[in-house]
Amino acid sequence: MAKAQLKNGPKSNPKVQHKEESESLKGTMASVMFLGFFIIVTWLGVYFLFVDRF
Amino acid sequence: MHMHKLEKIWLIFGLAALIVFLSTIGVSAFYLGNKPPSCLTTVDPEKVDQTAPFNKPGLHKVEGKDWDYELVFVAQAFAYTPTQVTVPLGAKVKVIATTKDVVHGLEVAGTNINMMLEPGYVSEYTTTFDKEGEYLIVCNEYCGTGHHLMSSKIEVKK
Amino acid sequence: MPSINSTIKVDSRDAKLSMAHFYVAFAALAIGGLMGLLQTLVRSGKFELPGGIGYYQVLTVHGVLLGLVLTTFFIMGFQHAAVSRTAGTHSDKARLTGWIGFWVMTLGTVMAAAMVLMNKATVLYTFYAPLQAHWIFYLGLTFVVVGSWIDGIAQIMTYAKWKKNNPGKPGPLLSFMAVINTVLWIICTIGVAAEVLFQLLPWSLGLIDRVDVLVSRTLFWYFGHPLVYFWLLPAYMAWYVVIPKVIGGKIFSDSLARLSFILFLLFSIPVGFHHQLTEPGIDPAWKFIQVILTFLVIIPSLMTAFAMFATFESAGRAKGAKGMFGWVKKLPWNDARFTVPFIGMAAFIPAGAGGIINASNQMDQVVHNTIWITGHFHLTLATSVVLTFFGISYWLIPHLTGRKLTKKMNKLALIQAWVWFIGMAFMSGSMHAEGLLGAPRRSAFSTYMGAKQAAEWIPYQIAQAVGGTILFIGIILILIIFINLAFFAPKGEEEFPVGEQAENAEATPMVLENWKLWIGISIVLILFAYTIPFIDMIQNAPIGSKGFKTW
Repeated sequence: MAKAQLKNGPKSNPKVQHKEESESLKGTMASVMFLGFFIIVTWLGVYFLFVDRF
Repeated sequence: MHMHKLEKIWLIFGLAALIVFLSTIGVSAFYLGNKPPSCLTTVDPEKVDQTAPFNKPGLHKVEGKDWDYELVFVAQAFAYTPTQVTVPLGAKVKVIATTKDVVHGLEVAGTNINMMLEPGYVSEYTTTFDKEGEYLIVCNEYCGTGHHLMSSKIEVKK
Repeated sequence: MPSINSTIKVDSRDAKLSMAHFYVAFAALAIGGLMGLLQTLVRSGKFELPGGIGYYQVLTVHGVLLGLVLTTFFIMGFQHAAVSRTAGTHSDKARLTGWIGFWVMTLGTVMAAAMVLMNKATVLYTFYAPLQAHWIFYLGLTFVVVGSWIDGIAQIMTYAKWKKNNPGKPGPLLSFMAVINTVLWIICTIGVAAEVLFQLLPWSLGLIDRVDVLVSRTLFWYFGHPLVYFWLLPAYMAWYVVIPKVIGGKIFSDSLARLSFILFLLFSIPVGFHHQLTEPGIDPAWKFIQVILTFLVIIPSLMTAFAMFATFESAGRAKGAKGMFGWVKKLPWNDARFTVPFIGMAAFIPAGAGGIINASNQMDQVVHNTIWITGHFHLTLATSVVLTFFGISYWLIPHLTGRKLTKKMNKLALIQAWVWFIGMAFMSGSMHAEGLLGAPRRSAFSTYMGAKQAAEWIPYQIAQAVGGTILFIGIILILIIFINLAFFAPKGEEEFPVGEQAENAEATPMVLENWKLWIGISIVLILFAYTIPFIDMIQNAPIGSKGFKTW
């Protein structure tokens, strides 16, 4: 049964799927990228603290 | 398994950031010598006072080594020996410490000297004291009722 | 997926089992929370404990009750309900198993608590040797762990029954996640069980004279890191499965949710050395290998972050949201079941960033055992996890007691969460800052003989007391809501929200249900990360330590 579902899944129409996708999750992408940069900035902050201290 | 195109980009970005982090600290640790304190030497915790170098706590000038001084600390509940020490500015010092009883920490506040002291093990960290000032040493692992009273002091001056 | 909603309401007999866990959990929260308030007040330097009560005794109560008791009881209570709701009512045998687990855990808690209150076990919740507590304390902790195993087995039994009745189908997502968490818990607690049964218990009974301190710490941290994921995964269960339903959306991806849980099972255990980075006796190369493995466990959280935002955005767009962030306005901000866990999610951004710093090998020297670490896990556990647990309580407790969350209580719950947020911003924020200056964690107020550096720390400690006081108001509010929902709220039906996948989603690959495969890989990774360093430790061991009572 699982196999049958796979065949009828979203893969059957990849083009439509992709176009829809990239439009609908741009807010998500912006949010996670904010998160990513937050991680990088804080990490660099402590890294430079480590480098600066003896 | 299907994954959204943007999620793939996000995960590649995240993975790349993690690899950059790991490479940075890996190179710093293994090529520039900034490994965290990981000394493998052992000592009998009940004979610390009779065992060199802990039979002479304090700062000692050494010759023919990669470092200029050895700074030896003995920790026990709730004190460090020595209680105060002066280090010349710019000296490359190997800090060597152990504990006679329970687990303690040895943290020189405001520096990277921060290591666990565990009974039976010697802890070491080598660094150059290149900033003047008074530095407080605190025990940063709970060791009993007087844990917060356990401290020492390093003065770095010309 | 019709199976997900096949059982709509948790059977009342299973509900009683869950509720029993919650009574203990919230009692622990009340006492543990009060202890937290006392600590922040003492460390401000403006207040002293009356009647010769020791700061470290209070700290031990706080850590044991909130870190071990609240979490374990809440999680087991929640997982019983989650499994019963999605995989079907417990059989009589499974339910009895659950009750046995509950009583064994409760007995263990009482034993450990009695020793702590008698000042026979002021060893904090990490009980590091060679501090030696009373043997009843160690036996009590053993009972808590063994009881949780029995509790977990009950959940596995019901999941196995569902699988037997539905061959070839992936198990219900929420139950699958509960079982992953239980398996993770069983594998990791073997470490702490070995530490207690083979080292600390015989040692405290005088059967053996000495213990190997480094081995005991390594066994503890083999358990200690997956412990934090055992806390976190139930919150992720709510984020992945419950929240989509609450906001009127769909589960972003059933398969990716399962994949992320499997990654947690694989990578959250062989990483304990990142808590031991500044310790002697461990080769720096093995420390770094475990640091790399630690970084791999970040990936499922990156996936979770994407899935959460995607769930919100998709739900918002389905309701007609426009622009880059229009969907934010479509979220049900007035619904405590959403907003309370959402604040928890937001807290996981700084919490996760801090965690990456802590795990970064030598960078740990900047923060190790400073109060930064306390600030860190008050974001992860005491905000992300705990606020999500509160958010779960707001629908689960009335669901189990046949009552309703009233508008008034919903409002109070929202206020509670914002109070928590503000209190934690003060407390955790100042802890992070003070930690970077070098102030140690787990320490009573001290001027360190008038040291200049220690004087600079005091303003931050006062900010922590302000935060701690605000947080205690939050504790009072959550207790009011809990008591209301358990005993006084009007009778009615409260939904147990279980999200569903989008109709066009692909089927879940059955490889994700290959337990032998995943548990096998998990064990291989553990053996890889620990075997050689462990042999090194034993071969090069110094003479062991006798017990000390320094409190």
